[in-house]
This record gives sequence, C-alpha cells and structure tokens, in this order.
Amino acid sequence: MGVGIEVSNLNAWYGTNHTLQDINLHIPANHATALIGPSGCGKSTFVRCINRMHETNPIARVTGTVRIGDLDIYEGAKPVEIRRRVGMVFQRPNPFPTMSIYDNVAAGLKLNGYSNRRALDEIVEKSLKNSALWDEVKDDLKKKSGASLSGGQQQRLCIARALAVDPEVLLMDEPASALDPVSTSKIEDLIFQLKSQYTIVIVTHNMQQAARVAEKTGFFLNGRMVEFDTTHKIFTNPSDKRTEDYITGRFG
Amino acid sequence: MQNEHQLRAKMRTAIDGAASGLAILSTVLVVAPLVAIFIYLIYKGASSLNLDFFTQVPKPVGEVGGGMANAIAGSAILLGVGSLLGVPVGIAGGIFLAEFGRGTKLANAVRFTADVLNGVPSIVMGIAVYSLIVVPQGHFSAFSGGVALGIMMIPTVCRTTEEMLLMVPNAVREAALALGVPNWRSVLAITVRTASPGIITGCMLAFARVAGETAPLIFTAFGNVGWSERLNEPIAALPLQIYVYAISPYDDWHRLAWAGALVLIVLIVLAVSLVRYVTSRGVLKGAS
Amino acid sequence: MTRIRFQQSLDELKEQLLVMAGLAEQAIQRAIEAYRVRDLSICDLVNRSEIAIDRLERDIDQAALDLLAMEQPMAIDLRFILSVIKINADLERVGDAAKAISDRVRSMEQMAAVDLPVDIPRMASLAAEMVRKSLQAFIEADAEMAHVVLTMDDAVDAMNRAAYKSLTEVMAEQSHMAPQALNALMIARGLERVADHATNIAEDVIFWVQGDDVRHHKSLKMVPDPHAMG
Repeated sequence: MGVGIEVSNLNAWYGTNHTLQDINLHIPANHATALIGPSGCGKSTFVRCINRMHETNPIARVTGTVRIGDLDIYEGAKPVEIRRRVGMVFQRPNPFPTMSIYDNVAAGLKLNGYSNRRALDEIVEKSLKNSALWDEVKDDLKKKSGASLSGGQQQRLCIARALAVDPEVLLMDEPASALDPVSTSKIEDLIFQLKSQYTIVIVTHNMQQAARVAEKTGFFLNGRMVEFDTTHKIFTNPSDKRTEDYITGRFG
Repeated sequence: MQNEHQLRAKMRTAIDGAASGLAILSTVLVVAPLVAIFIYLIYKGASSLNLDFFTQVPKPVGEVGGGMANAIAGSAILLGVGSLLGVPVGIAGGIFLAEFGRGTKLANAVRFTADVLNGVPSIVMGIAVYSLIVVPQGHFSAFSGGVALGIMMIPTVCRTTEEMLLMVPNAVREAALALGVPNWRSVLAITVRTASPGIITGCMLAFARVAGETAPLIFTAFGNVGWSERLNEPIAALPLQIYVYAISPYDDWHRLAWAGALVLIVLIVLAVSLVRYVTSRGVLKGAS
Repeated sequence: MTRIRFQQSLDELKEQLLVMAGLAEQAIQRAIEAYRVRDLSICDLVNRSEIAIDRLERDIDQAALDLLAMEQPMAIDLRFILSVIKINADLERVGDAAKAISDRVRSMEQMAAVDLPVDIPRMASLAAEMVRKSLQAFIEADAEMAHVVLTMDDAVDAMNRAAYKSLTEVMAEQSHMAPQALNALMIARGLERVADHATNIAEDVIFWVQGDDVRHHKSLKMVPDPHAMG
C-alpha cells in the first residue's frame, strides 16, 4: 500500500548551486504524480531528495523536511532504511550486468540478508508478473543475464527489481525516455496498474506521457515549483503563464 | 569530373592497403620475438625434457641426469605465498582507491607509493626483504622469498583493480544504492563482482611478471638442491635454478637450464589459461 | 520563441476562419437587405456565397484536424483550435440561415406586400449586430465583449416570441395574409437561430480565452452540477 509524501521548505544545493528553492507540496498516496519542467529545472534533484540519493554526492546538501507517511526521512531514519521503502527506476535501464534475471530481481533482498529460497522464488515471480515481464522470461530466469534483454525488457526488469523489496513509493526518473514507442506504452500501462498499490512519482520531459499516466502534475522551473495541480487543469487551463508557455512549447 | 573521382578513389584504396600492410607488419614485428624465443627454447630444451626432469632433484656436479622437480615445486610454493600476500593487499588497495578514498589526499599518497614501489628494481627489493626478514630470522626461507614476490605483485594488482573498478558505470552503483544496499556491500557484491574479470586479469599479469623474477630470490629464498620441508627453510625456484645452471661451466647443466626456461614459460601460460577457463565457466549467457 | 511554424499555422487558421466569418456576415447582411428592398438579384448573391462558405468549412476543419494530430497542442492552443472548429460549424449554419431567409424573400416576391405587426428589420439588425460583436470578440480575444453578446440573446428571444404571438393571430384572423405572415414567421425564426449561433460563438470565445465552459448557463443553473467541487 502506498503512502502520501509531504514536502516542506525543501532546499537543495550542489556545492554553491542552489538547485531547489523552497519546495512545498503534497504527493497523494496511491496516485501517480508527474513532474515536468525544462532541463536543469531541478525535478530530478527533487526526486533524488525523496530517497536520499541526492546526498551520495559529496558536495550535495539538503535542508527542509520530507515526510513519507509519518516518517521524517531526514531526521527519523538512515538513508539505507529509506531507500528500502522508496524504490527508484532510472532513465537508462541499469540491470546488474553479471547477474541472471532471477538474481537481478532478487538482488535487493539477497543483498540485505534474505535467503529463504522458496520465498525468494515467489517474490521474484510476483515482481516479474507485476512488471509485465514474467511471460517473456520465465524459462530463462537463471540462464540469461540481465543485460541480454532488450531495452524495454531491461527497464521492466529494473521495475521488477525495485518492486521486489516491496516499497511504498516508486520514483521513476524519465523511465521511458530511452525506449521505443511500444515499450513506452507498455511501461505506461504498467504505471497505470501499479498506481493502486504504490505511490508513484514520475519525472518526465514528455508532457503527453504525464497527461496519460498522472492524476496530478507539478511544473518545475529554475529550482522552484511554479504550479502543482490536477493534470487536467495543468494541461487544459494552467493558472500560471510560465506553465502555459512551457507546455505550449513557447520555451523549454 | 569522373577521372578525378576515379583517381582519388584509387589513391584511397592504395593508402588503405598500405595502412593494412603496416598494421600487419607491426603485429608480426611484435609477435615475432616471442615466437622466435619460444621456438628457440623448444629447440634447445625439448630434448632434455623427460620424466626425470619433473620428478628428480638436481644431481651433484659430474653426475648425469637429475631434474628440477624441487625447483618447480618451489616456484609454485613461492608464488602461492606471494599471491597470498600480493592479491588481497593489492585488491583491497584498489578498492580503497576507487570506491572509498576517491579524491582524498590519502588516496593520492597510496597511489604514489604504489607507483614508486612498482619502479623499485627487483634486486633492491630482494636486498630490502633480506634486511627486514632474513637477517632478523637468521636464515633464508621460502617465506621471505614469497614476501618479496608478494610485495612486487601489489602495485600491479592495486592499479589494475582500481582501473577496472573505475570502469564500472556509475549507473550500476546507483542501482544498488537505490535498493537500500549499504555502500560496503554494494561495493563488494556488485561493483567488484562486475569488475572481476578485469581484476583477475590484473592478478594474472602480476603473477606472470613475478613468476620469472630471479633477483629478489637470490637473497631470500636462496635456492635448495633438495626438497624443502618447511617454509622456514631455503627453497629452490625455477628462475634461480636456471640462473645457477646457466652461469655454470657445465654443458649438462646448460641443457637443463634451457629445459627449465622452456618449462617456466609453458607453466606460466598454463597457469594463466587455467585461471581464465575456470573463471569463464561462471559467466552467464550474454553477460558483459 | 520556439515552435514558430506552429504559431504561424495557428495564425493562418485564424485568418481562414475570419474569411469564413466575413462571408457569413456578408450573407446575413445581404439576406436582410434582400428582404428590405425585395431585390431578387441580391438573393442570387447569397446563394453563391453559400457555396464558398461550405467549401471553407471543410478546409478549416481539415486544417484544424491536422494541427491536432501533428502538433499535440496544449492548454490555450488546444482550446483555441477546439473553438475554431466549433465557431466554424456555427458560421456555416449562419450561412444556411441566411440562405433560408433569402429563399423566403424569393417566395414572398410572388405575394402582395402587406403590413405585418412585426419589426423584422429591427430584429434583423440586432441579430446581425450580435454576429458582428461575437466575431469582433474572437478577433480581439475579448471575453468581456463576448459576455455582452450573451446578454443580447434575451432581447432577440423576446422579439421572436412576440412575433410568433402576433403572426399566429394574423394567420388565424386574417387568412388572406396567412402566406405572408407564415413567411415572416419563418424569417423571424431564422433570425432567432442566427442570434443563437452568435451566442454559441461568444461562448466559444470565452472558453478559448478563459478556459470556462459557460454553455447552456440558463438551463444548467437549474440543475446542481455533479462535478462541482464543494
């Protein structure tokens, strides 16, 4: 089951670069929320603050509060714990190259000490089914490496890998931007199905994709969140002129 | 104009052919010495190879026959001890340089030290270990010989490990971190594992290099005409034995030296191939 | 600014619609003039512009469809194109109404001229003014002007109802004037439709400019809105 995310006064820096300024928003549970904006606007940084990946960079700094459910993720827990509750799928599929499909999906569990064989089998199967990849790989689970799949399949493998640790939130950073239209559609259909079980945040520069999958959309510009509203409103009649200029392609 | 095009096309083909020719010539020039040495060794040493060579110890001067069984075994033991020291320390150093200390002053110091160590002449290494281990212990030993070889392996293993780890794409590290895997575990289970083919190559490079070292063993392992019982005793080694026989005035010993040189090279090649074969069997279909 | 070609295409679409609007307005003016002076040659002009209007309607719809498919317009651009498509349809119907009026004028030519208790010219000028104003609102993207048009519809409706009442009385009591009265009634009806179309155009302009859907405001006010946020 997903939880809501409450962000208050979030500021982030890369060295002296003030990448995020005073971000406040509430991401609803069990919905998909899209974040759009031109390159360099801070949307990827924002998402990486939610699973505390931003701070893996030595010159990165964060202030403000992010609450996932009741938990203050910066004061109340360690990064490793947070990342087990918040899954992430990256722009370019990145399966572990030396591991089989099975091991890739099970990686999050095995590397955290989980060893019950039968339970792992079940979880792997369930995750692959949830990411619409099971039928394509069920005969080659341990024989083929993760890297031998096609791009679209690899990305679904990465989704399965993220789902296997049973997170509450799923962060997706432009998950379909490296994929062809058919694979993109499959991923979008997937997001639609996953919404009911997880809280999904999807960063995308493809506005039509945001319109297709998300109930709410946030528009980021130069490190600030300019507008956050239902997707319908943002794309038919946004309140802020900057939002309108961006989505009609007048800049960006 | 048509003629101009044709002329240019012909020029390009000619240059292409010349470049290919040069490439082939360079390859031949590089490989030829190796092949020549190998052929010469076979020519000079193969005739002296017999079962005795691999089972018997050297006979005293004047007696015909004997072998280098103890030297072969001795080299194996010395390389074993050396690897036990050089490989873990080198890999650990490489992991530190690539994963934990990137950019720190300590890492720069470690890297610099490794490079300097690499440049130390092997005879100096031998003398150093002599003063540090042989003199306090009061005797030559396989142990000290192994240590000398091990120290010489460290820089190669360390730098290669670092380089191979740096080649692992950051995306793989991020994927592991995003799963909530602690950093140390991600480094070992994911990054190192991804880089392991390259790391193993680095170890084998170091191994092959020290397998033929003679100078460091002169003051440490010292050599032995018979079998050694314990690591605390002096021990025979193939390169040492070859050296001793080669500078001797006896023809019989010279022939044995040629045989020994051939065997040394063949054994190194075999060892490297064996490691390659064993590690490649674990690799999956389609894995990079 | 990016998407220059797209902006130019939007401008071209607007131009095409304005040409169409000019033809429709002209058709109405001519039909009313034909009624006023009983000149059949003007009726011929109305027929000819009808053909041009029909052709333009198809062209504009095609151009709008292309823009929707190829350019993935969003927000105000999307609303603009949608409005163009709807205004396009309304203008074509204005053209149809003009032709219907001109057909009535043609058939009245055979009849004797009589005095009828309706002020067709006044109703006509009000309807024509509504069309002109709604198109002006479109040209200037002026939602306030469009709102004014919405208020003018009530007057035309009232005049139509009055015409209906008085003309049916005439048809009942003075049957020798029945054909003329019937024709006048149909002309009044046609003018009322023109006013409705002008109202639609004004509503579409408001939707484009403000993003508010103000259609059917009178009837929908009576029924609670199931989608209203409360």
